[in-house]
Amino acid sequence: MTESADIGIVFWVLSFVILVSAFMVVSLKNIFHCALFLIMCLFSVAGIFVLLDAEFLAAAQVLIYVGAVAILMIFAIMLTSNLASRKIRQVNENVSVGVFVSVLFALASIILIAQTHIWHYKTDFTPVENSIVILGKYLMIQYVLPFEVVSILLLASLIGAIVLARKERS
Amino acid sequence: MSFWPIAVLELYPVFSWLHDLLASIGLPSAWLQPLIYLLLGAMIFGILSLIALFLVWWERKIAAHIQQRFGPMRHGWHGWYQTIMDAVKLLQKEDIRVVTRDKVVFFWAPVICFVAAFLAYVVMPWGDGLIVADLNIGILYILAVTTFTVISLLMAGWGSNNKYALLGGMRSAAQVVSYEVPMVVSILTVIIFVGSLSMVDIVKSQSGLLFNWYIFRFPFGPIAFITYLIAATAEVNRTPFDIPEAEQELVSGYNVEYSGMKFAMFFLAEFVNMFTVSAIAATLFLGGWNGWEFIPSWIWFLFKTLLIVLLLMLFRWTYPRLRVDQLMEFAWKFLIPVTFANLIVAGIFKYLGWYW
Repeated sequence: MTESADIGIVFWVLSFVILVSAFMVVSLKNIFHCALFLIMCLFSVAGIFVLLDAEFLAAAQVLIYVGAVAILMIFAIMLTSNLASRKIRQVNENVSVGVFVSVLFALASIILIAQTHIWHYKTDFTPVENSIVILGKYLMIQYVLPFEVVSILLLASLIGAIVLARKERS
Repeated sequence: MSFWPIAVLELYPVFSWLHDLLASIGLPSAWLQPLIYLLLGAMIFGILSLIALFLVWWERKIAAHIQQRFGPMRHGWHGWYQTIMDAVKLLQKEDIRVVTRDKVVFFWAPVICFVAAFLAYVVMPWGDGLIVADLNIGILYILAVTTFTVISLLMAGWGSNNKYALLGGMRSAAQVVSYEVPMVVSILTVIIFVGSLSMVDIVKSQSGLLFNWYIFRFPFGPIAFITYLIAATAEVNRTPFDIPEAEQELVSGYNVEYSGMKFAMFFLAEFVNMFTVSAIAATLFLGGWNGWEFIPSWIWFLFKTLLIVLLLMLFRWTYPRLRVDQLMEFAWKFLIPVTFANLIVAGIFKYLGWYW
């Protein structure tokens, strides 16, 4: 384990990057820039996973969110040319209601988090050596049913998207 | 020594000597570890740059000889320092920037491409004990960081504000996303038998000669190797899958508007990426550093990797380019079913214990 002071600095830097880039995603006018900031945000979240010694989650985060989801998003942006060339407005007349709801939600989460024992977390625990093996065993033995149900759900949504996108030939 | 979380065992004497030397100068001990890490990074960067320069020259020579020419002959023996001269030329060239470009995106695209190309070498096993960090997610880490190459190509295509560049970037993204699936599944076929994602474990599980290597585990080994090689060729955008930079259609694809050093960065990254996919193939299927004991392990690794690089180069100069729809049909209707069937067969073999 590295020194906890170093982890503290890295954690704050990563959190700052996550928050700033997340804010950029919802405020910039150029939608391509928004997508790039989304990638930055998701990548920094992977950094938080690394700090928590969850390497597999970090790699999966980058592989799935940055490598697949974000790229498909950029791809869709590039294909819809009238969306790509125009400067878009990200807020409409409901902005005040939106701010109100999100502040309320933030307050509720802060209160809930403060009631948990998050401030008393143990700093001296040792992470599991090879988390990926344990993760695999849990996914394939104990939690195999939820795992398969999620896969079927994803497959169903995939087929649904294809059916919706496909033009009927009459 | 607890000072070393890294596994550079072979080079340990060198780094230990360096550590003592730096300590004797009077540097504070807190600086030493970052400094040595920095040095290690610089070392890998240097070696890879040299390899990329060599590959550029090699590719030109192979292309020339296939087309019954000589290729570069002027600078040195058979033009061996031609690419060095080219690199110097590119360094001096004017950096032409299009006025209508997207300034930030245009600037960062080659940087991200360049960095992403080198990131995979954190877990690359160059030889027995010659690895920067043996992460337990090894191969998954490589797959994760190489996705940044696609993002950089998309950024280059977008930032250039040029139709050809945009088309090149989009084609590249579609292609890489499609071919990533068969590539990952072919890799998974090997991972089933290793039972670990760590690169060192993968190499160690095939220790010994020829018939311990995964390419010779019939029937799934050769199939997985071939599908991996096809998918990897597409991943690095080389002929017959080079539609992202099809010269006759797109001028040169995503890097049309780049010149000078920025172009050189794309160019170098392309060759480093080719070396990366070949090194992965050598590690996963050809036993990595394993071979006869009397030859150093890193020579085996380099030899096997360069063998696959040679194969990729021969592909490039002998096969015609696929059309876009053929490319996608090949990936989704042929390659993916084949790799999945192969994976299932491998899983059954592993379950029944039919492997040696």
